[in-house]
Order: sequence, then structure tokens, then C-alpha cells
Amino acid sequence: MSRRKDNYENSRWLKFKRWVDGETDTLTAERMESAAPEEKIGSGKIRKEAAEAGGKETTEENTDSKAVEMPAVSLSEKRPGDFEPAFRGGRGIRMYNRFYQIMSILLCLSIIFVLLWTIAYLPIFGNAGNPDNNEVSARYIEQGLKETGAVNIVTGMILDYRAFDTFGESCVLFIASCCVLVLLRIDSDSQDERTKKRLEESNDRLFEPKNDIILQKCACVLVPVILVFGIYIVLNGHLSPGGGFSGGAVLGSGLILYLNAFGFEKTEKLFHERIYRRITVCALTFYCLAKSYSFFTGANHLESGIPLGTPGAILSSGLILPLNICVGLVVACTMYAFYTLFRKGGM
Amino acid sequence: MAAHLIYNIEETVAVILFGIGFTMLLLHQNLIKKIMGMNIMDTAVYLFLASKGYIKGRMVPIVVDGITDVSAYINPVPSGLVLTGIVVSVSTTALMLALTIRLYERYHSLDLDEILMRAKKEEKS
Amino acid sequence: MTLVRNFPFFSIIIAMFSGIISSILTGKQAKNVSLGAILITTAMSGAVLSYCLGTGQSYTYMMGHFPAPWGNEIRAGVLEGLTALLFCIVMFLAVIGGMRHTFEDVEGSKTNLFFIMIDLMLSSLLALIYTNDLFTAYVFVEINTIAGCGLIMIRQKGRSFTAAIRYMIMSQLGSGLFLIGLTLLYDVTGHLLMSPAKEAVAVIEAAGSYEIPMLVILAVISVGLAIKSGLYPFHSWIPDTYGYATPTASAILSGLVSKGYIFLLIKIFYRVLGRENVIASRIVNVLFVFGLAGMIMGSVHAILEKDTRRMIAYSSVAQIGYIYMGIGLGTQAGMVAAIFHMFTHSATKALLFISAVGLYEVSGERKDYRSLRGAGYRNPLAGVGFTVGALSMVGFPMLSGFISKLLFATTALQSPHKMMPTLIGLAVSTVLNAVYFLRLVITLYTRSGETGSEIRSAGPDRKENGAAICCFVLLNLFLGLMSQPVVQAIADGLAMFD
Repeated sequence: MSRRKDNYENSRWLKFKRWVDGETDTLTAERMESAAPEEKIGSGKIRKEAAEAGGKETTEENTDSKAVEMPAVSLSEKRPGDFEPAFRGGRGIRMYNRFYQIMSILLCLSIIFVLLWTIAYLPIFGNAGNPDNNEVSARYIEQGLKETGAVNIVTGMILDYRAFDTFGESCVLFIASCCVLVLLRIDSDSQDERTKKRLEESNDRLFEPKNDIILQKCACVLVPVILVFGIYIVLNGHLSPGGGFSGGAVLGSGLILYLNAFGFEKTEKLFHERIYRRITVCALTFYCLAKSYSFFTGANHLESGIPLGTPGAILSSGLILPLNICVGLVVACTMYAFYTLFRKGGM
Repeated sequence: MAAHLIYNIEETVAVILFGIGFTMLLLHQNLIKKIMGMNIMDTAVYLFLASKGYIKGRMVPIVVDGITDVSAYINPVPSGLVLTGIVVSVSTTALMLALTIRLYERYHSLDLDEILMRAKKEEKS
Repeated sequence: MTLVRNFPFFSIIIAMFSGIISSILTGKQAKNVSLGAILITTAMSGAVLSYCLGTGQSYTYMMGHFPAPWGNEIRAGVLEGLTALLFCIVMFLAVIGGMRHTFEDVEGSKTNLFFIMIDLMLSSLLALIYTNDLFTAYVFVEINTIAGCGLIMIRQKGRSFTAAIRYMIMSQLGSGLFLIGLTLLYDVTGHLLMSPAKEAVAVIEAAGSYEIPMLVILAVISVGLAIKSGLYPFHSWIPDTYGYATPTASAILSGLVSKGYIFLLIKIFYRVLGRENVIASRIVNVLFVFGLAGMIMGSVHAILEKDTRRMIAYSSVAQIGYIYMGIGLGTQAGMVAAIFHMFTHSATKALLFISAVGLYEVSGERKDYRSLRGAGYRNPLAGVGFTVGALSMVGFPMLSGFISKLLFATTALQSPHKMMPTLIGLAVSTVLNAVYFLRLVITLYTRSGETGSEIRSAGPDRKENGAAICCFVLLNLFLGLMSQPVVQAIADGLAMFD
């Protein structure tokens, strides 16, 4: 039913009639049609898939799903932008919007319903006999201290047993920072008009130094404490909660606070883009080489020859400490880089 | 079924949040809200995972006093997975926000439909 | 242990390392590093393939000092080696073929970042191929997504930003579904590595417990990866992303990225969830239906499209539909056909994008396909390349597309219920393919009166593009004429998956 109506409203005849009536000019109408965000077409289908997955759901659910699908298609094409005064505020549009909202709520509820239905058959929360508390976690707990030397079993797990995942994760951070660099870094040497405009718009150094006395005094007290705390978290990653990622985030936030209190000119004296790149590359290279060595020796059943030390001492657990430091450096630099890039498009 | 859902209250909440986040990411037109939806969705999965690792009456998996007995600690695997997942979600959020900034600079709008229309208009002219 | 066994790990790490190093290099240096890394990984993948063919067995490789259920693992077999080899070759040729445009489209100071994306994309594709661990797969899926987004938006034009954001949104939906699927799977099996997880799944299926969660897991993972690879109803991001990215990026995204996810899906079907369970659930039928819909609707959209690159992009939708239809047939032979079509499509679609670049260059870089009139005479090599690609997509004998269509048709005959829809779908889709591809080819070879001003002098730059096109054509002919060993290798590799 709604499909037929949809077809009619997209038909050339109707467009022509509207054009004759002076309601719209053909160009915008065409644009309207072609710009319909097609991703909404998927929404109904996902739901349908989920219903299929459910398999034995009631027929009532299924008919409901069809109802979701079709109107979602038609109304998504009719949603007006602000640029389209001819259509704005029409009663039909408002109804469509209302309908759209209701349909999205229904979609949401149906996803939740399918997943809740799944949950109802899953193992009980907090039960020691659940399938995931098997020999894998048992070995991590029982042998972890002996095999990795890390008191913090989670750190031992992510940096030794499952180190490949963690390496991938550092690479995710690295490539995300590269993408943000592509998007937001403004190179002053490129003479493009648009770039220059962006440079001017985003350059808030004109208002610096702000010399906010309260902020500066507080920062004087807080920044060293934050940095020391961050370093503590990084260095004790194998002994206590924490590690490279959390410690790095704390370090990064300390740097950002310093930057906000004292402005770019002072911060740039100790930290700028070249240093950022060097630190990131060195840390990731070390990480890559160290882990490659460890993977290689492990897979070929060679002794890695890295002493594990006494569990509990700060210099222990083999590669975990240096790796934590590397990760901490990368994360701190990346957080800081994200901030400066978002703020002014460069470091 | 309902009783089971209440026993598994953490998972129930996580799944509800997942549904909300998913729908927001899929159907909301505002880019910032889409990103919020994405974050809600990811966080819901982490809540789900974290609750999977928990075992009643046990400690966090950090060895205390040299006790390495399985029955003393919770399952460390989900915690590790959550750690990894959080970093991934931070990265994607940063990327999406950066994209949003560029789109806003260019089209002065956060509404995805409108941005698409303006992009098409710009291309045609 | 022989050195060859280390090669899968080496190739992943080398690709990653070259990406990391490239961040302090200049654009040119980064290009050389990147090409070198791709060549090395190509050689290594070839060595892995020949080693696996020689021993006739697959092997797992511990990433660290701890064996299967505890440490990460990667796994290599014939199918992995073959896929990695093909992906590396396509990647190399795509980078070479669009090189000049890459340097034109990307801001000078950011060229090295482009190659970082290429390197990390390669490493994540290899990791997706080789991985034997579900969570590693998730992490590398994310790297793949972000690198793909980077490749799209690095062109920094308006439409490429909108394309990137749409790609990102759809990918995040897919990732979210995939992640919750993994979480649920971990919850019921307690394992993240594929082999122990499969054993646990078998125990669960035998006991009959967790019936509904298993079904939902299967559905959620399939839908998640289907969204990411652009199966028909979720294809909305495809035309924009392939149409507005820089040519190399279009070729890589259409040829490789979506295939990486499909490969992962097949791997999960075989190595985790178990083929029988997948077939017993009705998910394959859903994939089959959507695949068929994609085959036809993708072609219809392509016919309606005027912009050449968007037309090729919509054709990708149709081809992804073919692959999912093959998976949906639910037989071993259907899977072989699907994987063969995956290879065909990687080689052919990259060829089409790369030769379209060559044609654009001589036609004033306009988007409308009618502006390409006579371009086949102005850049003969690109014209031939495009014609070969188009004919292969249509299913001309001697070319790879013919073999995959033949495989689909013969496979369909074995499954009585799906025979008629498959054959009808193939026929209709082939006719529709022929309509728009032959229209393009005929346009290329129609002489037009006023070409003079648009001809660009054939500089030395075009050599790279030409060489890439030649290699692609050869690859296509190889897949078309020597298909027997490839099909045999795929079947062997699939047998190793169990």
C-alpha cells in the first residue's frame, strides 16, 4: 500500500504536475529524490533479519516488521531539509516525521526484544559455573604469575598471552591519529584559499596568552601531580590496576591542562609535532620489534631469554614494563595530539 | 523468562542500551547524536562483557599475598577485552568527530540529510 | 620448524612496521617503502601457498609462548595462502595504477599518511585472512574500517567527506553487531580462539542447550559482516565511497576490503559455527535471497546511473550479491564458486577502476559516461583493459567471470530448491550486466567529432597505469584460462577449514 503511494509520489507525472502548479522547480525535486538517504532502507531489513533469526517469533511480530520496513523507505525520502521552503511545515511532512519517530522507536524496541529474548537463555550472572569460567581463565589465574611475572593478571593477559590483540589495538590508535591528522592538520605551506581561511578561523592563538591567574596557579600545583600520578600508573601497570592505556590518558590530560593554562607558545618549547612523531614512531617500533621477537621465539619454541624477575618488584615481568611504557607514551602523545588538532589544526 | 532477566539485570540493561545506541546511530539525522549513539552502543557491549567476567564474592584479578587459586579471583579475560575495546572506541570516536568538524566547516550543518543535499547541490553547480 | 611457517606472521608484521615507519618519511619514500612491503608480502604469501600445497596440510602458528586456548594464534592453509597472494597482487597493481592520481589528489604534505593507510590496510587484510582468533579478527576489522575511511576521505573534497561519514556510520553499525555477536559467542562457549570455540559449539549443539542464543549469534554476526561488505539492502554507502575516493582507494575498497569481510564470514562459518549448523539454521536462505536481490537491483541501479564510477560501484553491489548467493546455496560447491567469484571480482573490479582512470585522463576528467566517447582510441591500453574487465563481468568465455558464472550454474543444478531462482537470477543479472557494460564499451569505441581539445599528451606518467592494466588483464586471463588448479586449490583449502 505505502509502496504504491511512494511510487506515485516519485513518478514523473506528479513532479511535472507540481512544476506546472509552481510548487517546486524540477531541479530541487530531482535532488530531493536522489538524495534520499538510502541507509534507512536497511533498517527494516535488519529488523527482519533479526526476526528471521528469532525464527519462532509470533506472526504478529512479523507483520509488524513489514510495516516498519516499507514506510521507513517512503518517508525517508520525504524528509525535508531546511533549504526546501516549498515543503517545509506541511502537514504531511509533520505527519511523516511523527511516523518516522514512531517507526524508529519500534525498530529500537524490536532489536531490544530480540536481544532480551537471547539474554533470557544465557548463563546466570555471577555464577562460577558459567561456560566462560573455563580452563582459559583458570590458567591465566593459576599460572599467570609464574609465566608472565605480572601480579596484575589482566595486564599479564593482554600484554603476554594475548599480546597480538593489544598490538593491533595500538595500531588502531595510531591509524586513527593519522586519519585525524589528515582531516584536521592545516599545512601553512599549502597556498590553497580554503586552507588559508580555515587557518585563520581556527587560529585562536590571537587570544593568547590568556593569563588567567587562577587557572595558572592551579595548574602549577596540579600538573606535576597529575604527571607523576600518570607515570606511576604506567610504571606499575604490572603490579596494580592500570597500565599503559590508563596511565597514558592521565599523562595526556596533564599535558592538555598545562597547554590550556599557559598557552601554545610555552608548550611548544617542550612539545611539538616533530617530537610527537619521533616518540610515537620510536615507541611503536620498539613495541613492534620486541613483540615480534617474542612471537618468533614463542612460535619456534626457542627460549626468549628475557628474565621475568621477582614477581612484585618494579623491575619484573620481562617485556611487560617496557611495553607499558611504550603504550603509555603513544597514548599520551595521541591524546594530546587529538586535543591540539581539534582545537587549532596543528601542533 | 522475566525472572531470568532480573537475575541478569546487568545484561538486560546492557542490551537495552545497545538497542538504543544502535537505533540512534542508524536513524538519527544529527551527526553528533549519531556519534553519541555509537558510544552508547559500544559502552553497552563493554558493560555486557564486564558483567560476564564477574563472579559473586571474588576479588579483582590482581594477585594478593601470592594466592593463585582459581576460586579467589574473577575471570580476567572480559576485563582485558573491555580494555582493548575501549581504545578502539576512542579511536573511532575521534575520527568521527574530526569528520564532523570538517563537514560542519564546509556545509554549516550537522544534519546528515541536509549535508548530503548540499554536497549534491555543490557538485552540480 | 621451517622458516616458511613464519611467513604469515612476518607478512603481517612487515606491513604494519612499514606503516609505522612511514609516518616520519616523505611521500616518495613512504611510497617506496609501501611498494617494497607489498612485494615482500606477495612473495611470502606465494611461499606459504606453495608450502601448503606441498604438504597438503594447514598449520597453526602461535603468536607468543602459549598454545591454543591461551595465546593468540594465526593459521595458514592453501586457501589463506591463495587469498593472501591474490590480495597482495591486486593491492600492488591498484597502488601502481592510480599512483599519479594519488599524488594529485592528496595534499603534498600528507602523501605519506596515504601510504600509512595502504600499509595498515594490507596488514589488517592479511590478519583477517590468517587469524585464528575471534577477538583479533574484531581488532583488525576496526583497523580495516578506519584505514578504509582514511583512504576515502584523504582526497579532501566535499563529496568524499560525506562518503566517508556514511561509510563510517554503516561500518560502525556492522562492527557493533559483530562485536555483540562475539560477546554472546564468548558467553556461551568461553573461548575466543576458533578451534576450541568450534569444539565448544559442537558440544552445545549436541546438548541442545542455548539453541536461541546460537541462532541470534549466527544472525548478528552474519548481518554485521554483511553490512560491512555491502550486501544489497545495506549497500547505500557503496556508490558514494567508490565513486568519490581517489582511484587507488576505489580499487582497493571495492576489490579487497569487502572481500576481507566475506572471507572472515566464511571462516567463521566453517571454523567456529560449523557449516552444518549454519545450513541447518535458515540464515543461508536469507543470505541467498538478499544475494539474489542484490544481483538484480545492483544492476538495475547501475543501468540508471550516468556517472561511470558510480556505475561500476553499483555493479559491485551486484557482484557482492553473487558471492552471497553462492554462500547461500549452502553446499560445498556453492562455497567454492563464491570464493572463486570473490577472486574474480577482486581482479576485475580493480581492473575496471584503474582503467577507468586511464580513460578519464584522456576525456577531461568529467564524470558522465558519455564524455568518454571515443576514449578507447585515445588511450588504447586503458580501452582494452576496460573492455576486458567489462566482458569478464558480463561473463564472456575465456575470462574469469565466465568461469565463476559457470560454477554458479553447475552448482545450482545440485540443489533442487534453489536451482530455478539461481538460474533465473543469473540469466537476468547477466543480461542487465550486458546492458550497461556493453553500453559503456560501445561508448568508448564510438568516434566523436570534437575530441581534439580534450586529448592529453601521453606523458611518461601513463606507463605505470598501463603496466598495471596489462598485469590485471593477464591476471584475468589467468583466472579464466587456468581456472582448474585455482578451483582445485579453493576446494582443498575449504576442506582444510573443517
